[in-house]
Amino acid sequence: MTRKLVVIGAGMASGRMLEHLFEAEPGAYEVTLFNAEPRGNYNRLMLSPVLSGEKTYEDIVTHDDDWYAAHGVTCRFGERVVGIDRAARQVIGEAGAVAYDKLVIATGSDPFIIPIPGHDLPGVIAYRDLEDTEAMIALGEQPGARAVVIGGGLLGLEAAAGMAARGVEVTVVHLMGHLMERQLDEAAGYLLRKSLMDKGIKVLCQAVSKEIVAGPDGRARALLLDDGTELPFDLLVMAVGIRPSVALAKEAGLAVGRGLQVDDQMVTSDPDVLALGECVEHDGALFGLVAPLYDQAKVLAHTLTGRADRFVNKEVSTKLKVTGCDLFSAGDFAEAEGREDIVFRDPARGVYKRLVLEGNRLVGAVMYGDTGDGAWFYSHIKDATDVSEMRETLIFGPAYQGGGSADPLAAVAALPDDAEICGCNGVCKSTIVGAIQGGAGDLGAVRACTKASASCGTCTGLVEQLLELTLGDAYAAPAAQPVCGCTDLTHEDLRRLIKAQELKSQPAVWQELGWTTPNGCHVCRPAVNYYLLADWPLDYRDDPQSRFVNERRHANIQKDGTFSVVPRMWGGITTPDELRAIADAADKYGVPTVKVTGGQRIDLLGVRGEDLPGIWADLNRAGLVSGHAYSKGLRTVKTCVGSEHCRFGTQDSTGLGVKLEQILWGSWTPHKVKLGVSGCPRNCAEATCKDVGIVCVDSGYQVSVAGAAGMEVKETERLADVATEQEAIDLTVAFVQLYREQAKYLDRPYKWVAKVGLDWVKAQIVDDLDTRQALIDRFEISQSVYRKDPWASEAGETALRARYAPLATLSLEAAE
Amino acid sequence: MNWIDIGSIEEVPLRGARVLKTPAGCVAVFRTAEAEVFATADRCPHKGGPLSEGIVHDRKITCPLHNWVFSLETGMALGADQGQIATYPIRVENGRMLFDASAVALAGAL
Ligand code: SRM
Ligand SMILES: Cc1cc2nc3c(=O)[nH]c(=O)nc-3n(C[C@H](O)[C@H](O)[C@H](O)COP(=O)(O)OP(=O)(O)OC[C@H]3O[C@@H](n4cnc5c(N)ncnc54)[C@H](O)[C@@H]3O)c2cc1C
Ligand code: SF4
Ligand code: FES
Repeated sequence: MTRKLVVIGAGMASGRMLEHLFEAEPGAYEVTLFNAEPRGNYNRLMLSPVLSGEKTYEDIVTHDDDWYAAHGVTCRFGERVVGIDRAARQVIGEAGAVAYDKLVIATGSDPFIIPIPGHDLPGVIAYRDLEDTEAMIALGEQPGARAVVIGGGLLGLEAAAGMAARGVEVTVVHLMGHLMERQLDEAAGYLLRKSLMDKGIKVLCQAVSKEIVAGPDGRARALLLDDGTELPFDLLVMAVGIRPSVALAKEAGLAVGRGLQVDDQMVTSDPDVLALGECVEHDGALFGLVAPLYDQAKVLAHTLTGRADRFVNKEVSTKLKVTGCDLFSAGDFAEAEGREDIVFRDPARGVYKRLVLEGNRLVGAVMYGDTGDGAWFYSHIKDATDVSEMRETLIFGPAYQGGGSADPLAAVAALPDDAEICGCNGVCKSTIVGAIQGGAGDLGAVRACTKASASCGTCTGLVEQLLELTLGDAYAAPAAQPVCGCTDLTHEDLRRLIKAQELKSQPAVWQELGWTTPNGCHVCRPAVNYYLLADWPLDYRDDPQSRFVNERRHANIQKDGTFSVVPRMWGGITTPDELRAIADAADKYGVPTVKVTGGQRIDLLGVRGEDLPGIWADLNRAGLVSGHAYSKGLRTVKTCVGSEHCRFGTQDSTGLGVKLEQILWGSWTPHKVKLGVSGCPRNCAEATCKDVGIVCVDSGYQVSVAGAAGMEVKETERLADVATEQEAIDLTVAFVQLYREQAKYLDRPYKWVAKVGLDWVKAQIVDDLDTRQALIDRFEISQSVYRKDPWASEAGETALRARYAPLATLSLEAAE
Repeated sequence: MNWIDIGSIEEVPLRGARVLKTPAGCVAVFRTAEAEVFATADRCPHKGGPLSEGIVHDRKITCPLHNWVFSLETGMALGADQGQIATYPIRVENGRMLFDASAVALAGAL
């Protein structure tokens, strides 16, 4: 006897199920198929190639009219099912009811629409079906059309690339820090972003959409972000995720969690109702890719025909269908104990691969640029192969079992010919390689004929690597100390490469310079963070997570985990009001120790971490700001009383000290920087053992640099004698900026000057007035970002302030 | 198992940490990737440094006081140093962090 089967949804899952059913037992069921879309089953995955113009709709139809007719399927396409009457075993369509013996729900999922104001305006679409695709295709026919895509996941990027291929100007707005964060890690996300930008697509990460505004015609016109940015568009595509389409099932009283719940046989809480596809939830899991749905289709067809089978959810793999963006991701990167990473990068080819191992098994793989081995890794993940035997060479793929290792010279080899190697003398790579090929066989010879590395010397390592690359084994480079275990590069090479290759983010550094770890370590990250912010003050945003606790918490950590708070006292000057505020704060927060520091200010020691924003806010109210007693930045400017009060004073040393501190405060430097200004050669401010020391004399100012009084004690060296206060200030600022741009992280100025030579420093800032001014200008640009009180921003912003408090407190009750 | 919602993953900075106060002492909650968190004891076995204030890299934490490095997965000190920190069950579901409170209850009872 033929039984009646009704199927709701003619999508990819139910389509495959019907194929299995008709193959296993043709004629067992008389099928009625509803579909809200006015068409039958087509390959939804292929909408992206249709959008980009590589395919047409006709190419992607899976089941045509003939197929349905041949299998006796009653098609009710373009008709939405509005109810299920389980008691009467009836499905109610918009055009009437139909009875069933067995019912299959395959309603797929609904695109999630972020409920921001304006989300329901015309001109806002999702990316799910042919209609959406056609709307985007139509946009491409409009000259100069602009689109915004919210969502940097698989769908959003395929929509963006497809529209861009049709000449639309596209901006992708993504909430997270990098694209496709669910499938990719940061390095792969960085490479992907780079290839999309090469296609002319603008990508904004960490961008929060606030509102969609309408134009005079009532159509959506622009997207507003929470930072005030306004992005005008002709069409907005929201591709931020999907939700199982379960309204119908819920109303029918079936068990629904996040999705329509099914057992291993794909049966819902009603034995006559089965379900599959993106609408279901199986064992807590939801689905968004087609591979597991095909397994479900087979199981469901078997259940309908009385064969034993069970659905097992396996790992899935993802590929982005965007031409020129070759990426692959499979398996699991989520939290678990005992996992280990293997990372391989080839900056020259833009290749990145990462494998995640758990014990002897491969559990995840991400690759970008060269995904040829994706399927091989995926099969090892699915089969849970024991990979211990090939662990060492696993990352090189099947072809390289037993093969080589990453090339430490790759980063330099990858540089374009016009990359500037020597910044002082403006010498590019091709000039140096040309000189080497022309017979310059060592560093001295290259210096002599190109001037490369003949000035400050920080590019010496790179020149040596070029010698090694060009001459091969014929050149033996002196061994240099790499930054840390994550790279073979020295600090000097790293700094030069960040400039030469215009690397402006940490993932860019890790990838382009071939880091061997996923995201650095506590040694290289603070250095990389500093170099990036010093070289690209307007492009790069400081990363607190790459800073030592003192700089992240804006306070010195003490051995018992409490902190010390040191407000700035400009040039050592304070007022009764400030002192009262400090005394009040000390009382209010129970500060155990109040100490006068060696830097002419007051230290409140023993403040609890949670109290920091509170005490800062109190001190801020009295006009006191952070003294940066914790930073690799400007610390103190020590002064003496000078001509204002002292009978020997020749100039206003206090006033000059205050001015210098106000110009320099907040700046980040390779190591800390301390200044001293004394009013006469008696030198009561001990200026001649500071990083910059100024001694006032009758004829003007003696500016000296590179002193030390810590682990080493060393007198400063005279930079220049100048007549005016302004010149003294200019020289100081130019010196600090030169140090910021050139020195190795954690070298104090005296160490750096010893490497480059005081004569070179003089040539830059004393003799060459243009260079001096350019340095001052660049310092000002950087200070436009950093001359701010971190206490005020941390204590003022609720979100930042919250980070000083515990995340949560579990009470005893809760824990039992 | 007693899974308790301790907050949204967004409340922990990427490659950063927050503290969870429990009857058995402070627990450090680390976020190593967009959707990956770990929980360990907050006290460094060397001299009690607050690990939640350290630098998070890969699935490791460097103590802020004297730079010992620990695996967040096994709790073992890495490199030349000897020691181990307790690790606790934690997982992420729909952007919420779930912490197994029974783990600290047990630890507290010991
Ligand atoms: C508070 C203070 C001592 C005091 O009570 O006077 C102090 C305290 C610390 N100094 Fe200092 N130094 C203090 C003035 C100095 C001075 C004198 C000066 O500034 O005139 C020096 C010699 C000059 C110099 O800087 O070289 C000094 C040379 C050092 C050094 C060695 C630097 C070097 O290059 O040789 C370190 C270690 C380092 O920075 O790596 C250091 C490191 C430290 C640290 C930050 C150690 C640490 O990493 O935890 C101390 C923090 C203590 C705490 O619990 O908060 N401290 N330290 C002084 C703060 C001055 C201020 O108002 O900001
Ligand atoms: C643009 C795009 C690209 C994709 N690329 C990939 C990829 O590369 N790889 C991959 O694995 N996956 C990809 N996917 C996901 C994949 O297409 C889905 O996983 C798959 O289509 C889900 O199948 P389904 O049958 O559950 O749902 P669907 O295919 O969505 O079918 C459900 C059908 O049910 C109908 N329906 C819903 N409610 C009712 C109702 N009440 N009455 C009648 N009919 C109803 C809907 O109209 C729809 O036609 C992509 C998806 C999109 C949109
Ligand atoms: S000299 Fe400086 S670093 Fe040493 S104990 Fe004193 S304050 Fe600390
Ligand atoms: S207290 Fe952690 S390393 Fe010393």
